[in-house]
Amino acid sequence: MSRDGLPSGVFDVAVIGAGVIGCAIARRFTLEGARVIVIEKALDILDGASKGNSAILHTGFDAPPGSLELACIKAGYAEYLQIHERLNLPLLRSGAMVLAWTEEQEAALPALMEQARTNGIADVQALTAREARELEPGIADTLRAAFRVPREYLVDPWSAPHAYLLQAIENGAVLQRNCEVTGGIYDGVAWRLDTSLGGIEARLVVNAAGLYGDIVDERLTGRRDFHIKPRKGQFVVYDKPAARLAAHILLPVPSKTTKGIVVCRTIYGNLLVGPTAEEQEARDIAELSPKVLASLRHRGEEILPGLAGEDVTAIYAGLRPATEYKDYKIRAREGQAYITAGGIRSTGLSSALGVARYVQALAVRLGIPARTMPDPAWPRLPAMTDEGKRDWQCAGNGGIVCHCELVTRREIEQAMTGPLAPQTLGGLKRRTRVTMGRCQGFYCSADLAEMTRDRLTVGMTGSADAG
Amino acid sequence: MPADLPDSCDVAIVGGGPAGLAAAVALRKQGIASVVVLEREPQAGGIPRHCGHFPFGMREFRRLLRGPDYAARLVARAVRSGADIRTSVTVTALNLGGRLSLSTPDGIAELKAKRVLLATGVREKSRAARLIGGEKPGGVLSTGALQGMIYLKGEKPFSRPVVLGTELVAFSSLLTCRHMGIRPVAMVEPAATVTARWPARLLPKLLRIPLMLGTELTAIHGKSRVTGVDLVGPDGKTRHVEADGVIVTGGFVPESSLLKASHLAVDPASGGPDIDQFGRCSDPAYFAAGNLLRAVETAGWSWAEGRRAGRTIAYDLKTGLLAPKPGLRVALHSSALKYALPQRIAYSANSPWSAKVLQFRVTRPVNGRLSLRLDGKTLWSKPFAALPERRITLPISMLPDGREGLAEFHIQEEAQ
Repeated sequence: MSRDGLPSGVFDVAVIGAGVIGCAIARRFTLEGARVIVIEKALDILDGASKGNSAILHTGFDAPPGSLELACIKAGYAEYLQIHERLNLPLLRSGAMVLAWTEEQEAALPALMEQARTNGIADVQALTAREARELEPGIADTLRAAFRVPREYLVDPWSAPHAYLLQAIENGAVLQRNCEVTGGIYDGVAWRLDTSLGGIEARLVVNAAGLYGDIVDERLTGRRDFHIKPRKGQFVVYDKPAARLAAHILLPVPSKTTKGIVVCRTIYGNLLVGPTAEEQEARDIAELSPKVLASLRHRGEEILPGLAGEDVTAIYAGLRPATEYKDYKIRAREGQAYITAGGIRSTGLSSALGVARYVQALAVRLGIPARTMPDPAWPRLPAMTDEGKRDWQCAGNGGIVCHCELVTRREIEQAMTGPLAPQTLGGLKRRTRVTMGRCQGFYCSADLAEMTRDRLTVGMTGSADAG
Repeated sequence: MPADLPDSCDVAIVGGGPAGLAAAVALRKQGIASVVVLEREPQAGGIPRHCGHFPFGMREFRRLLRGPDYAARLVARAVRSGADIRTSVTVTALNLGGRLSLSTPDGIAELKAKRVLLATGVREKSRAARLIGGEKPGGVLSTGALQGMIYLKGEKPFSRPVVLGTELVAFSSLLTCRHMGIRPVAMVEPAATVTARWPARLLPKLLRIPLMLGTELTAIHGKSRVTGVDLVGPDGKTRHVEADGVIVTGGFVPESSLLKASHLAVDPASGGPDIDQFGRCSDPAYFAAGNLLRAVETAGWSWAEGRRAGRTIAYDLKTGLLAPKPGLRVALHSSALKYALPQRIAYSANSPWSAKVLQFRVTRPVNGRLSLRLDGKTLWSKPFAALPERRITLPISMLPDGREGLAEFHIQEEAQ
């Protein structure tokens, strides 16, 4: 450790940003033998675009053929299937259906199916409205036609990146939170990054700053190849009984700018409706609008009439780091040992592991050697979905604290320790799901306030806005 | 498997609040041998445990008590009666015929009960369920969470919150704030009038807290902690008010998660179980009492309901209640009617342990006539005036005996 508390020495790779992309990149480089530091400006990881998404593992059936996005989604999808059991990450093999409600949408289906086949997703199946409603009896009878994409799945948007980063850390990577990169210079051998906590040296810098990708490029290289245009998505999450209404992920026919409003279960047994696609300037505020949320409820009920009267458990809004370009902007700067992984707007959860492989391959071309670790550690994440055996079913759990999501005292204590211990209540929620259920903290806030007292940077009590 | 937990019992009571504890005492007094109360919190007593203010206990103990003292007395009385109170035990599933799946600190277990009483109470409607806009900072709490933090843990979550709502519980939150030296900056109510009964509205005046009626809370601001809220008043204008917290009060809903995941019939109107005049659910091994039946009644009312449920179940075990049969099903034919209990009327009001009254609530202020129709014929019609969140009762003897079909309640409102 140096005087300012930062780890000293020259790292092989500095990854800027601990969203799902940064976490996956840190893992990949670590497994390829590099000494990695991850620099995150927020108090906790997953604080930007990775905080709020629809948690789908996409096949890439509707990605632009030949795009980098498609290649990364396919590689990311394949690797997730390969590693999820080893890391104890959940997977719900739900399948998806693309639904056409108008004549125009119906007419668009054959081309979308053709695109899917071009993209290597050969098992899409055309469905008449009747066939679709036999598979999903909850769908409104105004449906005109549909097609099925059997291998679109549901995942946990938070435990996946946590697992990626945890595996990196257990194999030697370092995480520095609350640390903003303000500038830096490359001397031909290594970068010296200036951060809010002091200097950090690394042979290669990877910009995975998501919503701040263009700003980080500007700060470090003096120019930006793209401009982030934040796109807000609001979501409504229904209580668990609503999950009976749809087994598949229900997708609309996409428009030019967005995949549209999705209705799907979550890996935790809820049902969500969203996201909207709202352009905005601010990169750090995702405001919820009661009118938009009400319209999402309405749209959900148009698709699944049985949703009327179902209880809402949660509402949230996320920002996607869209740019003026449709495709990802991943490129290396020759002569600067610098790679930007930018513009990864709405498919990052699916593509992250693929993006990481692509970035690592670029690095090899920049002369950063790969020495694959012979026997890396494989951490296992605690089971948080009913797919695995939950802690409340095991002896010594300390009793249930969060009754809605059945989170035990032991699970909370374990999440509060270790290299990825949360700094905020939001971080604790993403690691354990406390307060994420239907009561939203009515029953467990008092216990949580006591358990987290003086252990979070932003605690559950007090007035100061630490920002 | 927890070593000392029985695997069977006469009656299992799910929830150790006023209704559940009253039922336990009543069952033991009637000589029922094994009565197990399953409480998921580390202490029994229910919501009153963290209502550190008056008035509790007049009906039950003939004296004025604070919530925690009242809860402690309820627990002590149940323990003295010989009921087996198990805390930190969560019921995870209600299965056919009274078989319960449990989670305990020692792992999972099963309990087979001859009868089960569901008394899981209520919770407040969350900020999310109300679709309140803005950001999601820390410091947005229900009254229940606020009281738990203050009275059980001594935590001070904020110092200048906005209070949303004017049900009785909102005034309880003002007293809770006062206890901790918290000064709410405003009390906000979307309706034009205060929801709680008359004397309550004097409290904000006494505490010098501005009461803003006809005002919506449309957005919450702040990143890590609340910095302010947007309020839209009767003039339609949005104004920003600085605050460091929001207390989202009332809007109670039955804590019916277990019920909804089970085989038991649920009444979408009340959000609680569908019951007959004995408080019996669609599976006759299950009964329900207290605020799980509906939102929301006082602790005293829930206690009385629990005591009655205990006596009814004891009678069922010893003598046998009348068997379930189709009778009248109560149907609400007005959006002004929120719910009615019990949902099924099959027995004469004079049958042993049969409920004597229907409980009603309205969704909005109503002034007009209430009528009952059966098979397309109006049986009676009477003047009806009611306010939301107030107790309304109707003698069950006003419904015809021995009939089957839908008992349709209609409201004809007088033009405003």
